[in-house]
This record gives sequence, C-alpha cells and structure tokens, in this order.
Amino acid sequence: MSRRFLGYPLLFGLLLAGLLSLPLFLSTYWVLIVTEILTMGLFAMSFNLLFGNTGLLSFGQAGFFGAGAYFAVFCILHLSPSLWLALICACLGAAVLALIIGWLSVRLDEIYFAILTLGFGMMLFTVAHNWRSVTGGSDGLGNFALPALNLIFWKVSIGHPRHFYYLVLVVVIAGVLFLNRITRSPFGLMLRATRENSNRVSFVGADLRMIRLQAFVLAGALAGLAGALFALFNRIASPEMLHWSFSGKAVLMTILGGSGVLLGPVAGAAIFFVLEHWITSFTNSWMIFLGAILVFLVLIFPKGVLGTLMAWVDKQGKGKDS
Amino acid sequence: MEGFLANILNGLSWGMLLFLISMGLTTVFGVMGVLNFAHGSLFMLGSYLCMQFVRWSGSFWMGLIFGPPIVAALSILIERFLLRPLYGRDVSFQLLLTFGLMLFLDDGVRLIWGPAYHVVAPPAILAGVIPFFSQSYPVYRIFLVILGPLVGLGLWMFFTFTRWGKILRASAMDRQMAEIIGVRVPILFTGVFAFGAWLAALGGALAAPHQSVGPAMGERIIIESFIVVVIGGMGSFPGAFVGALILGLLNSFGTTWIPDLQMALPYLFLAVILLTRPRGLFGGEA
Repeated sequence: MSRRFLGYPLLFGLLLAGLLSLPLFLSTYWVLIVTEILTMGLFAMSFNLLFGNTGLLSFGQAGFFGAGAYFAVFCILHLSPSLWLALICACLGAAVLALIIGWLSVRLDEIYFAILTLGFGMMLFTVAHNWRSVTGGSDGLGNFALPALNLIFWKVSIGHPRHFYYLVLVVVIAGVLFLNRITRSPFGLMLRATRENSNRVSFVGADLRMIRLQAFVLAGALAGLAGALFALFNRIASPEMLHWSFSGKAVLMTILGGSGVLLGPVAGAAIFFVLEHWITSFTNSWMIFLGAILVFLVLIFPKGVLGTLMAWVDKQGKGKDS
Repeated sequence: MEGFLANILNGLSWGMLLFLISMGLTTVFGVMGVLNFAHGSLFMLGSYLCMQFVRWSGSFWMGLIFGPPIVAALSILIERFLLRPLYGRDVSFQLLLTFGLMLFLDDGVRLIWGPAYHVVAPPAILAGVIPFFSQSYPVYRIFLVILGPLVGLGLWMFFTFTRWGKILRASAMDRQMAEIIGVRVPILFTGVFAFGAWLAALGGALAAPHQSVGPAMGERIIIESFIVVVIGGMGSFPGAFVGALILGLLNSFGTTWIPDLQMALPYLFLAVILLTRPRGLFGGEA
C-alpha cells in the first residue's frame, strides 16, 4: 500500500542539522543570504497556504507582509522596544487586515480573486507610500533601534548576523510545524477539498466562505510575521514591501519550488536567491536570466523543482517497498 | 471650466490607449482563456520598435506600420513554442510563464536600448498645439481621442460582420463545439494571440509620442489594463471601452483634484465594482 518512503525523517533530520550548523562553516555573507531565504520562504509558504492548499491565487500577499513590517516597526518606535511584542503586533495587525480584506475578497474566485487582492494590496501600498507623516513615505521607516531578544534569563543582541539567523530559523521552523499541523488536520483536508472542487464543498454543507476566510487570515498572519522579520533584518520597513511585484516574488518562488509540497516555497526561495547572487556576480541584467529560467522551469518542471524531486523520490521509495 | 475640459481630453486620450491594450488582453482571454502578464511588455516593445523605426526612417508612420507586425510575429513564436505546451495545465502556469516572459522582455529592452527615457516626436501633421480657450492643447492627444473610437468601431465591425470575427466569437463561447464544427482551434489560437499582441504594440506605438518611451512603461499599463478588463467584464468589448474611459478619467481628474489619493483611485474603483458586480460591468452572470 502507500507506505511512506522511510527516507523522509532522515532527510529532514539532515536538513535540520545542516541548517543548525550552517553558521559554523559559512561566511557571514552566506549566513545573511540564508537568513533572507528563510524569511522569504516563510512569506512564500504563507502564500502557498492559499495557493497550493486552497486554490486561491492571491496577488496581494505582499500587502500583509509589508503591513507586518510596518506594525513591527511602529511597535518598536511607539510602544516598547520589545522583540516579542513587535512580532506579536505584526502577526495580529496583519491578521486583522487580512480579516477585513479577506471578508471582502473570498467571495470571488480565480482571476477575479487574484485581481481584487492585487487591488487591495496596492491600496495598502498607496497608504504606506503617501501617508508621509506616519510611514515616512517612499523613504520608509528605518530609524529604529534593534530590540534585544529577551529569553527570561538572558538577553541576546540580535544585531549579530548569527544570532539573527538562529532567531529566524526558530521562527521559520515553528511556522513550518504550524503549517504542517494545519495541512494534516481536518481543516487542511477541507482546504484541499476547496481547491479540488469548491462546489462539492458547498454541497456537503460546509461554509465555503468561512473556510476560505480562515485560510486567508492565517496566511495573512504568517505573512505579517515574515514581514516583521524582514523589516528587522533589513532595518527598514518600506513601501516596496507592499507592492504587487513583491507578491509576484512569492508566487514565483512557490511555483519554482513546487506548490504541492510544504517546503516547496522555501526551496523556491533558495533557488531564487542563489541564482540571483550567482548571476549578478557576472552581469547586471539578472531579470532576463530569471525570466528565461522561469519559462524553462515552468515548461520542464510542472510540479516545481522540489515537487518533481519528491515525486521521483516517492517513486523510488515505493519501488523498493513493494 | 477650461481645466475641466482639458482634464476630460487628457483622460480620454490615456483612456483610448488603455482601450487598445485592454482589447488585446480581453480578446486573448475571451478566446484562449489565457491571462497574459506579458501583454504590457508587448505594448512597451511596440513603443520601442516604433521609436527605432522613427530613428531609421525619420517618419512616425513607418514606426506605426512596421513596429506592431514585428511584435505580432514574435508572439506567434511565443504562442507556438511556449504557451501551447501549457494549455492542458492549470491556469497558474500560463500566468507564471507570461510573468517570466515579462521579466525577460523588460530586461531585454533595457539591455538593447538602455535604461534612459526616449522622446518620440509626433508626426509633423499632428505636432504642435491648437488654441483651446485661453490655453493651448496638443493636437496629438486630440488625434488619439478621435482614433480610439474609430479603432474600436473597426474591431466591433470585424467581430460582428466578418466570418473570422464570428468564428472568434463562437470559439470564445464554446471551444469544443467550435472544434467539432470544423474550426481549427490551434491555428485560431496562434492567430488570436498574434492579433492581441499586434493591438498591444499598436497601442505602444501610438503611446510613444504621447509619453516618453522607457523601460517601466509596460509595468504600469499592464496593471491598469487588468483593472480595465476586470471592471468591464472579462472578454467584453463594450466593457473594455467603458472601463478604459473611466480609468482614464479617474487618472486625469484624480491628479488634479486629489493628488494624494490618485494612485489608489483605480484600485478603490476596482474594489467597489467587483464587490457590487462580481463579474464586472458588462460581464455575464456568475
């Protein structure tokens, strides 16, 4: 029968061990890049909760990402310089925004949903861009002191790249475990049912809009969390983080890595950044390569790179077991 | 009063350009079900090619005639070799592929023509300004305002009265049925995609003397034309017309009256329309 390939726990264990020991043998430059990969991976995973699981193509996910960034910075500037409070603020703030926008958006589907979420995301962008007195306009909010990480007995400065890397790693792992739990729960099953056939979900008596709204709010909260980390990492919250092209990045990473697997978006983010740093080391026009690679990948790997890999591993595993 | 009229003319001229692009977008979507993210880049390519022809020949009309067919020829290759393998798959792959094309074309244009902005002078006959009450108004914009409805009318007649137009509409309505009664859908798709690209490039060529030609022009127009198409109702011609006019006017009046909110106006309007009429102004029932 469908015995799971035994290699997976081993693979994940190796991956985790690798990620934990990474700063020991990588230069600071690469530690920073992996931090960025993990942060953007979390953002892309939040998008994938909607896209890969629920079948909703949101083009406004950057709105919540950017909102999370601004909420975290507001919190540090105006409330209290606490890291935990900033992260919680970002999460909750983005969730409330997602509740409002989701309540209006989830009644539509397919292209209409994509364009409407794009529209709402761009409204948030406009607010961040034009409300100069609060958001600093196009300069963004960059003048804040990085709060220390308060772990009951000791305070850790997250200014050090290695410390910040571990903070991000812990948050992202928590995010992955949370998403794993959700997608395997009955609720996750409803999400996938919604993706496969939304009519049937309504016919069996489930509240389709409620299911979608819940997914939307969860995804918004996670995106906000990722945005807060991103703002702390770059020491700035700026309007570009809310722009639709930033949402496009999440879409791109997700499909690059594979929307059908949980870690697909993270793999996509890794491919994206490694390619970017490699290509920009010898040419300025990296977008033309990215575009060509993207076109190539879409044609060759319909399930994304990680998705295709996993399907291949599964096939090998099954062959051995049975 | 003068300002008001000038605003209307400005809005209409931008609206007419939007209309041309949106018509290509909505035709491609209506017939093929493909939402082409690279449509704005084809518009931009049309603008650049027009500029290049103007440089070579010194005549704007050469650019207008020879630029768009090159873009159409290029899009035949795109449809045949890149889009066609994806028809059986999820719509998101087409979206992603055309998104990749957009990145490719945008950077390709920057590579060939550089990041600077270029100015294309309107042809001599349309250059200059005419007196407009106490002010003056560029002739070229008036030309656009007149040309837009003419092109729209031509397309409407093409779709209503010609055999090809009828085949297109039939295929948009029911692709399978069209195939059964003998429409060669693969060729039709290639033709439609090239036609949409030609319209986009035509819009781009016409836009060249209206604004400056630069690498970011595709990105702005693609989002606005998405909004136009969605507001009007996907696949609807009258919808694209009305949507483009409304967006053009919102743009010009917004800039004068509420400059702070101008950027958000199209999106606000989009949200209001979609929340009250989920299938757009001229769209069918859901």
